[in-house]
Amino acid sequence: MKNAAIHLENLSISYGKTPVVFDVDFWVAEGESFALVGESGSGKSTILKAISGLAPDWTGKISVLGKPRGHAPDREFAKVCQMVFQDPYGSLHPRKTVDDCLAEPLAVHGIGGRDTRVKDMLDAVGLDQRFRFRFPHQLSGGQRQRVAIARALMLEPRVMLLDEPTSALDVSVQAEILNLLKKLRREQGLTYLMVTHNLPVVSFLCDRMAVMRHGRVVEIAEVDALKTGRLSDSYSRELYAASGGTLQPA
Amino acid sequence: MSAPLLEIENLTVTFPTSRGPVDVVKGISFSLGRERLGIVGESGSGKSMTGRSILRLIRKPGRVTADRMTFDGIDLLSQSERQMRELRGARISMVMQDPKFSLNPVMTIGEQIGEALLTHKKLPRSELKARVLSMLEAVRINEPERVANLYPHEVSGGMGQRVMIAMMLIPEPDLLIADEPTSALDVSVQAQVLDIIDDLVTGKGMGLILISHDLNLVSRYCDRILVMNSGEIVETCKASDLNQATHPYTRGLLAAMPRMDENRDELPVLDRSTWTTGAGT
Repeated sequence: MKNAAIHLENLSISYGKTPVVFDVDFWVAEGESFALVGESGSGKSTILKAISGLAPDWTGKISVLGKPRGHAPDREFAKVCQMVFQDPYGSLHPRKTVDDCLAEPLAVHGIGGRDTRVKDMLDAVGLDQRFRFRFPHQLSGGQRQRVAIARALMLEPRVMLLDEPTSALDVSVQAEILNLLKKLRREQGLTYLMVTHNLPVVSFLCDRMAVMRHGRVVEIAEVDALKTGRLSDSYSRELYAASGGTLQPA
Repeated sequence: MSAPLLEIENLTVTFPTSRGPVDVVKGISFSLGRERLGIVGESGSGKSMTGRSILRLIRKPGRVTADRMTFDGIDLLSQSERQMRELRGARISMVMQDPKFSLNPVMTIGEQIGEALLTHKKLPRSELKARVLSMLEAVRINEPERVANLYPHEVSGGMGQRVMIAMMLIPEPDLLIADEPTSALDVSVQAQVLDIIDDLVTGKGMGLILISHDLNLVSRYCDRILVMNSGEIVETCKASDLNQATHPYTRGLLAAMPRMDENRDELPVLDRSTWTTGAGT
């Protein structure tokens, strides 16, 4: 796969002695938005963790933008691939201001021009400059998630791993964050690998999706199949019906 | 319709802050028969506070006032704490959001469900056990005898929530308040849990107040819907007429939700220009 942003081959992941993900194979093209859906415990977040290096106990092959990823922490890797976590109430350091949080990746990688970069990034994610020196507890859930997205974008990565970025938010705030993610992807040509269990969100933001169950991928489908309800696997169809969709013959 | 089960007039919930008292519920009125009522709103709209104030679960320094708050002829406002304890669980019960934090971690599931019943009624032990097992069966738990001996950390979220429902329904209350009963659960499990609540509520002719932020979900499981925004009821409608809702807030919430067959390029968002600079809108 020449233009694959993320390519997983025979990826199996375990936590200690417990195997969690078995032989997962898929690729995400550059500039594509790909969703992983499935119930809790199906291993979808674990895949993101393995790619980002948070679950180092894996076998198989992970490559991002053509470069194979090793098991050890990788400074260069952080520049191309960043992750946004589910819960904006837990993913920001409570005693660091927005400014500290956004400037830290720049300090770690020795990148200059912090002041302008932080200001520009706040604009990009739609946060007013007056939020720059506030602490997380002074922000609402949606604002915090904007900060978390801004933090991930500070190093100008090309691949973003999104772990349920809107499931902790209200529908109206969810709409704002989804619009923001769509806009950022359009403007910066980002590749998204997103974990979610909300199928309508997949329909809005993604091009393709993989349905996971018990640590295996059971179906990979185009988003059109989702929009028209023509999924083929029985479990994906069950999931679709539970989300209020009307099934069509596959 | 017979006399309403619950009547609330001009309910206000106030919390003092450093900038003076803040009303989180601002004088709302509604009544409920033996029907399924949904209360919808965003975080901070006061929907949970409304649910909790019915059970008088708002602790100081919060203050609840109302012109009238009666449940089945009982004036809830003038009840003593002891009298309220007799009502809670036995006649009105509440299912909370997250089973992880609402179950007692050091009691087995069987003991906890049994305790809910024993608090209000003295029963011989054999009968108690039979009731607990049949209740677990009613919430569709396979192998009730095995599950009754498990501790909460040994069961999944969906099962924990079903245990909560069993616990709340075993004293056969007249009114069930479900505060976001499924938001901690997966989509596939959500539907199961709500179906169980729905079956039991309609089967026993109870009243149900379903509090949620998910408009579609509420419209599927309720007869009537109240939409709340910053402490006020902005719209009341029949669940089936939700699509014809007129209030801009309700329409905004409906439009902001992505649909399964989504083709819009951007989702409309509620105007919150006070804190955004326009991006995302």
